[in-house]
Amino acid sequence: MSQSELTMSTGHEVLMEPSPYGIEKKKLGMWFFIVADACTFATFLFGYGYMRVGSQNWGTPFEFGTILNGIVMTFVLLSSSLTMLAAVRTTQAGEKASANKWLGLTMLLGTVFAILHLREWFKMIREGWGLFSNPTGGTTQFGACFFSITGLHLTHVISGVIALLIITRGYNQGRYNTSHVETAGLYWHFVDLVWMFVFPLMYLMNAR
Amino acid sequence: MHDMSAHAAAHHAPPSGFIRKYLFSVDHKVIGIQYTTLSLVAAFIGMALSWVMRIHLGWPAASIPFLSTLSPNGAPGGVPTPEYYLSLMTMHGTIMAFFVLTAAPMAGYGNFMLPIQVGAADMAFPRLNMASFWVTFVGFVVASATFIIPDGPPISGWTAYAPLSAVGPAAGPGQGRGQDLWVLSIAFFCVASLLGSLNFIVTTIDLRTKGMTLSRLPLSTWAWFINAWVSLLAFAVLLPTGLLLLLDRVGGTSFFIPGGLVVNDKVLQHSGGSPLLFQHLFWFFGHPEVYIIILPAFGIVAHVMPTFTRKPLVGGWKVITYAMIAIGSLSFIVWGHHMFVSGMSPNMAMVFSVPTLIITIPSVIAVLVFAFSLYGANIRFTTPMLFCLGFISLFISGGIGGFFLAQPAVDSYLHATSFVVGHFHFTMGLSAIFATFAGFYYWFPKMWGRMMNETLGKVHFWLSFVLVYCVFMTMHLMGLTGAVRRYSSYVADFMVPQIPTNRFITVAALLLGAVQFIFLYNAIWSRFKGPKAPDNPWQATTLEWDTTSPPPFDNFDGRQITVRHGPMEYDADASVMQTSPEQSIAGT
Amino acid sequence: MPGKAFAVVVVIITLVIAYCVITHVWWMPVDISAHGPKIDHQIEETVFGAGILFIAGQLVLASFAFLYGDSKGARKMKAFPGGAKSLIVFACVVVGVEILVLSFIGSKAWASVYFTPPDPDSLRVDVQAGQFAFYFRYPGPDGKFGPLHPDLINEATQNYFGLDTDHDADSKDDIVTAGLAIPVNKPVLLTLHSKDMGHSFDVRELRIQQDFVPGIVIPVHFTALQTGKFEIVCTQLCGLGHYNMKAYLEIMTQADYDNWLKQQAAMQ
Repeated sequence: MSQSELTMSTGHEVLMEPSPYGIEKKKLGMWFFIVADACTFATFLFGYGYMRVGSQNWGTPFEFGTILNGIVMTFVLLSSSLTMLAAVRTTQAGEKASANKWLGLTMLLGTVFAILHLREWFKMIREGWGLFSNPTGGTTQFGACFFSITGLHLTHVISGVIALLIITRGYNQGRYNTSHVETAGLYWHFVDLVWMFVFPLMYLMNAR
Repeated sequence: MHDMSAHAAAHHAPPSGFIRKYLFSVDHKVIGIQYTTLSLVAAFIGMALSWVMRIHLGWPAASIPFLSTLSPNGAPGGVPTPEYYLSLMTMHGTIMAFFVLTAAPMAGYGNFMLPIQVGAADMAFPRLNMASFWVTFVGFVVASATFIIPDGPPISGWTAYAPLSAVGPAAGPGQGRGQDLWVLSIAFFCVASLLGSLNFIVTTIDLRTKGMTLSRLPLSTWAWFINAWVSLLAFAVLLPTGLLLLLDRVGGTSFFIPGGLVVNDKVLQHSGGSPLLFQHLFWFFGHPEVYIIILPAFGIVAHVMPTFTRKPLVGGWKVITYAMIAIGSLSFIVWGHHMFVSGMSPNMAMVFSVPTLIITIPSVIAVLVFAFSLYGANIRFTTPMLFCLGFISLFISGGIGGFFLAQPAVDSYLHATSFVVGHFHFTMGLSAIFATFAGFYYWFPKMWGRMMNETLGKVHFWLSFVLVYCVFMTMHLMGLTGAVRRYSSYVADFMVPQIPTNRFITVAALLLGAVQFIFLYNAIWSRFKGPKAPDNPWQATTLEWDTTSPPPFDNFDGRQITVRHGPMEYDADASVMQTSPEQSIAGT
Repeated sequence: MPGKAFAVVVVIITLVIAYCVITHVWWMPVDISAHGPKIDHQIEETVFGAGILFIAGQLVLASFAFLYGDSKGARKMKAFPGGAKSLIVFACVVVGVEILVLSFIGSKAWASVYFTPPDPDSLRVDVQAGQFAFYFRYPGPDGKFGPLHPDLINEATQNYFGLDTDHDADSKDDIVTAGLAIPVNKPVLLTLHSKDMGHSFDVRELRIQQDFVPGIVIPVHFTALQTGKFEIVCTQLCGLGHYNMKAYLEIMTQADYDNWLKQQAAMQ
């Protein structure tokens, strides 16, 4: 063992192989979580596609109002990705106050998205839409696909807001650092990206 | 960019107190043992279920002891009802496929060994690792709970095809709460598996010690790493499939239920769904799943064999690794071979048949590498090595069955016969289990610090090897007559004359089950009373043998581990440890 | 010693299996269909090709285990000549060729069942599978099947298909039976549909196996070349009565079939 270091003291740095992509483990873990989650969403979207192609009476029930609401929601979520980017930048630069501002804005925009989404859901439910009901008389599969897919996405948005709350608190208390914020940013961008599939496939394709 | 996290992991003081040490531990070694123990328990439960099934098939009117106490509804007078038989069959498949075969060789040994084999102090995310195990445990409890609820476990098979699994209690006994709990149990397993895969992948990429380049990774680590990728993608599809099924059952949706169904004299209100959609989604997971089961087995055999042949595998690390990568990737494009006669478009049959046949090529390469690595060796026939040899024989037998089933025209005859049951038991239940036994005997000294009894191990091997052929090759042959699977009794005209063959299989299966108790006794006795194990009882080369048996809390007692060689270097009979500074001998 | 024992055991197992397969101890029943010989040929080719690989593989394993036990230093170790190259080439070429041949021939067998259109003069029979019985429907003299109404299905009145003979003219002469009878040497077209769950239509001697999928009507066509009585069994898990779900296929001369159909019509 002549070439190895036999220091028994605590606090020594362990020599390791460098990470091949220069990505530290938290972020790498988040990337793989994103891959798996993308597969999950893809499964739901595949099921939706399968149902839709095989359906005789799918119908396209969304009026312009719903689409407008969807456009606003898209704008809100895209903006929140921008504010998240700014949050990461300011965290990296060490500007704590700025970072807090941008993180807060991101959480606010995420919450606005969720509220707009839930408003739309309740409106549809009042009109008679449900997991197995279609007030226009078309296929009941529409409601099943719509509520399950947007519901899954909404869950991701809300958990993202909660996660950002926890990260922000930890960041301010000094327990979390830049890499935590970056990792949360990754998740947030992913949720936004999923919406960029859900909105065209679920809303625009079903517009009247 | 060096990661400071290993530094942090090594920094923690060892836990104290029973709960932190053995129950809610973040130590990957404890978690590995927890998974292995859970699998062992699950294996014996799964086996016991099969004994009841087998006795009933051989002697349909026989009253089975204790059964009427366990389930007065399911087995009045000790005789299983048809629905009880089917529920045992469903849970046998579920428990064995998930909680034994997916858990032990990957989560059990992988958790214990992977960090050590890459030279790390723990997994990348120790707390996530602990969560993985406990979520798996909850999944197992939920699955077991189906036995004690009034309606019993589901009867739709581990494949849970819709509409049988989707329409709810109207479909018959067992299709009530039991199926709901089953879906929940699988969902927990999916989440746990995803978290586990994350850990395996990130640890292998980011936490390798100095000198441990990817080309020097032990083959078991490669197998776990590749397998984690396959797992990540496959379980991510099973989870939503289960959710959609649950929505159909309790949410009133009709993803998998078409209109106009009349069940139990009632026209169902569901409409618009497709049973084939379920099959596509399930098998998109289900086929990679069987490779998730076999890849760690390949890794274990590839890892254990060189120790006892005292030479590298033919082709070194690259051939087997590329074969495993090819198998893992191809496994995602063959799922339709479970659906040749399902009503799927006949055009798709050839689309799926071709890659299914092509996937045999890397599998054959792997088997050839294993077999030809024996050439010119000096084989030490220890118990782990015998189980590796058994694995090769069993996998050849199982793989040959695949040739038949991969062809749609042949499958149209053999589908749903006991030929299929023989095939998947050979590949999963036997090959993978033999590899798991090889790993168990091989790593037992490292995990527990004691040696297992070699004589008992050899008895376990010989009896098991002969008996598994008796049980499952006979099933293959019966299948050639068209004998149908998933029947709780043989009442069809052409099946009745096969009951004597069934009895032969049953007797062999019960003997086989009894033999496993030799293994269990050996494991438990040796755990407490076996002779103390040295650091490297097998004179192996990889990092887990470069530390004490069992390893200390941080795996290497604070030592800096620097790797200088690959894992398969031998100088005549002397093993060259991966950390050894000596130059390796070229060749051999 | 253990290596030699292992080799002997593997050889014995291989020989026993080969014997059982070659001498057809367990084998397929006689084929009675027009398309069956292609499938049987395919199976026999596969037994031959895969069988050779099976025997070769096990024998190679056995011989290496026999020859290369630990000589305790007496014998020098050898590397397999050429390393993995020959193994990879073998796998790719031999297995690859085998795959190509089997796929090519096999696709013909598959096509003969699924890609040849049914004879336009086929006898048409509608088959319904439900928990836990098969029922068959003949179109009657008008040659047309009446529409199905699931809400009218009534086991008690034996209206298994849910026919509305009061309002649907085509249903009036439909003949519903519990067994499937067909004339020999005549093309038959079955239309499979399910009342509730997934089921499967399996007649071993016909070399036909096709799942019933709820929501879809699936056509199956064949020509039977021998008379006799054969079992139709369900091979898709459909519930507790799955093991007992069966019916009989009777293949008769044209004269016997005509009589049978007349009798069945009289019983409606």
